[in-house]
Amino acid sequence: MKVVCSVLAVGVLLASTSALARGSETDPNQSEIWNKVHASLFQGARFETNADQVIALETPVRAEDASVVPIAIRARFAQSPERRIDKVWLIVDGNPSPLAAEFQFTPDSGRADIETRIRIEEYSFVRAIARTGDGKMYMVANYVKASGGCSAPAGKDPAVAKANLGKMRLRVEEKPVAGKPVLAQLMVSHPNDTGLAMDQLTRMYAPPHFVRRVEVRYDSKPVMTADVDFSISENPNFRFYFTPREGGELEASVVDNQELKFSTVMKVDGSRVASAQPERTPQ
Amino acid sequence: MQFARLLHCALPAIVLLSLPCAAAEPPAALREFAVETPAPGVYIHYGRVQIMTPENAGDIANVGFVVGERCVAVVDTGGTYAVGQALRGAIRSVTDKPVCFVINTHVHPDHVFGNRAFVDDRPEFVGHAHLPEAMARRGPNYLNALRRDLGSVADGSELVAPTRTVTQTLALDLGGRTLSVRAWPTAHTDQDLTVYDSTSGVLFLGDLVFERHIPVVDGKLRGMLAALGELKKLPAKVAIPGHGRAASWPAVLLAEQRYLERLLVGVKKAIAERRTLAQAVQTVGEEERNEWALFDEFHRRNVTAAYAELEWEE
Repeated sequence: MKVVCSVLAVGVLLASTSALARGSETDPNQSEIWNKVHASLFQGARFETNADQVIALETPVRAEDASVVPIAIRARFAQSPERRIDKVWLIVDGNPSPLAAEFQFTPDSGRADIETRIRIEEYSFVRAIARTGDGKMYMVANYVKASGGCSAPAGKDPAVAKANLGKMRLRVEEKPVAGKPVLAQLMVSHPNDTGLAMDQLTRMYAPPHFVRRVEVRYDSKPVMTADVDFSISENPNFRFYFTPREGGELEASVVDNQELKFSTVMKVDGSRVASAQPERTPQ
Repeated sequence: MQFARLLHCALPAIVLLSLPCAAAEPPAALREFAVETPAPGVYIHYGRVQIMTPENAGDIANVGFVVGERCVAVVDTGGTYAVGQALRGAIRSVTDKPVCFVINTHVHPDHVFGNRAFVDDRPEFVGHAHLPEAMARRGPNYLNALRRDLGSVADGSELVAPTRTVTQTLALDLGGRTLSVRAWPTAHTDQDLTVYDSTSGVLFLGDLVFERHIPVVDGKLRGMLAALGELKKLPAKVAIPGHGRAASWPAVLLAEQRYLERLLVGVKKAIAERRTLAQAVQTVGEEERNEWALFDEFHRRNVTAAYAELEWEE
């Protein structure tokens, strides 16, 4: 998580900048925050021009509920040994920590698609950046308006979120057919809390508590791995693909920033094998 | 209804002098700050059924006050410092009694940003036990949004945290009349309060009930429905919703109940049919479109919140 931490620092530095710093609604390259992220995280890497032939990003025009904004990143082609996407970055310019997630895919992923839900703090660009197997980089960006008024990125019921910590649901969304990519969904009950610096008004304080890594394996081989933080909504939710053979087991494991570890396993024919209670990994 | 219309600009000069910032001209929207009296000693100002804009100066939620023999209790303070000042002006045109309680029915900006107008009165600020945390978590975001959306009309608006919190119920003695404050389990938000004045039978519902303004789910859909079921049993003579007009009780809550039940059924069905959140938002509850004001502003958000809540029930 070294990279995430360095970007977090950028975010803190930029937190006080004006709306202008996030750039115009039309040109994602004019965003001041993006320019910093581009330099620090991507070393100013060049992006190919034909990004829409590689990757698509679906976002709502407006973050209806700023705490739960559904987004989808879709690969324009299935994974194959010749042509595949091995990594996707999800960036939200206006968030305190702009790098929301880094997803890694393999040939066993079948498709490098991911759907999740994010928090959106302010009017800004949301970006998906893909790196293909040949090392080329592609970026697509959509401008998302935050909602005004009473919509906030904070959780709705922190007490309940804490009580349900670590429950997991893993399921295959379609009838699995050997050799064909199949859609699966992972739900994790977790407050995914940004935390609260000591609040001068109320004296409230809360340490951050968020999922930092998600690994999904099919028959012990990774199909979707994600390094994430609190830009992902409460109760993190991921929809992704993998390519089953006959039967086999799908296993998801999650580690949070307090080193709590959760996991669940299911047989791809639908029956659940086991679900582990949260445990603290040895430090 | 003899106080149906109180003109802020017609306040006696002596009162104006006692207001710390009264020298500043109030926004045009607040120059006439109408107050109605549904019962003796109870005063309501109905906010506009709109989202906050510079033109309405954040005057979009219903606010009110109750006058006892000893002192005055305020129920919600409006969406800006300016609304809070206008409300304070309305109180001062009715009574010289001190403001001893300022009750916030929940954290939403249109109900709390006027608090600061009452700080010099040194009242108890009363809120749900979860209100301090909600203010801490949401306050910076709300203040940014207020400044962004209202510009200079937001000047002076600040959050003021509760000095007394309510876990279950609390009785507030105004002298000769007692208000019963009740804290609710998560419903519209996780910090909802209602306020009941047994002397007059007036029940302040906060945003547990919306009239004309589409209901907003920012807590828990099932909690909102459960709260409506409980509220119905209360023997109110007049019930004041957080938005929209007072109407006969409990009939005023039936439209919201219908909307929320449709939302529940529609979202459950979408989840059972394995439609995604993004898909559900496109279709669920469209049959309610013409029943409410501000449907486009809040309905999709409600579907989103309901989906995130209900998907764990499967």
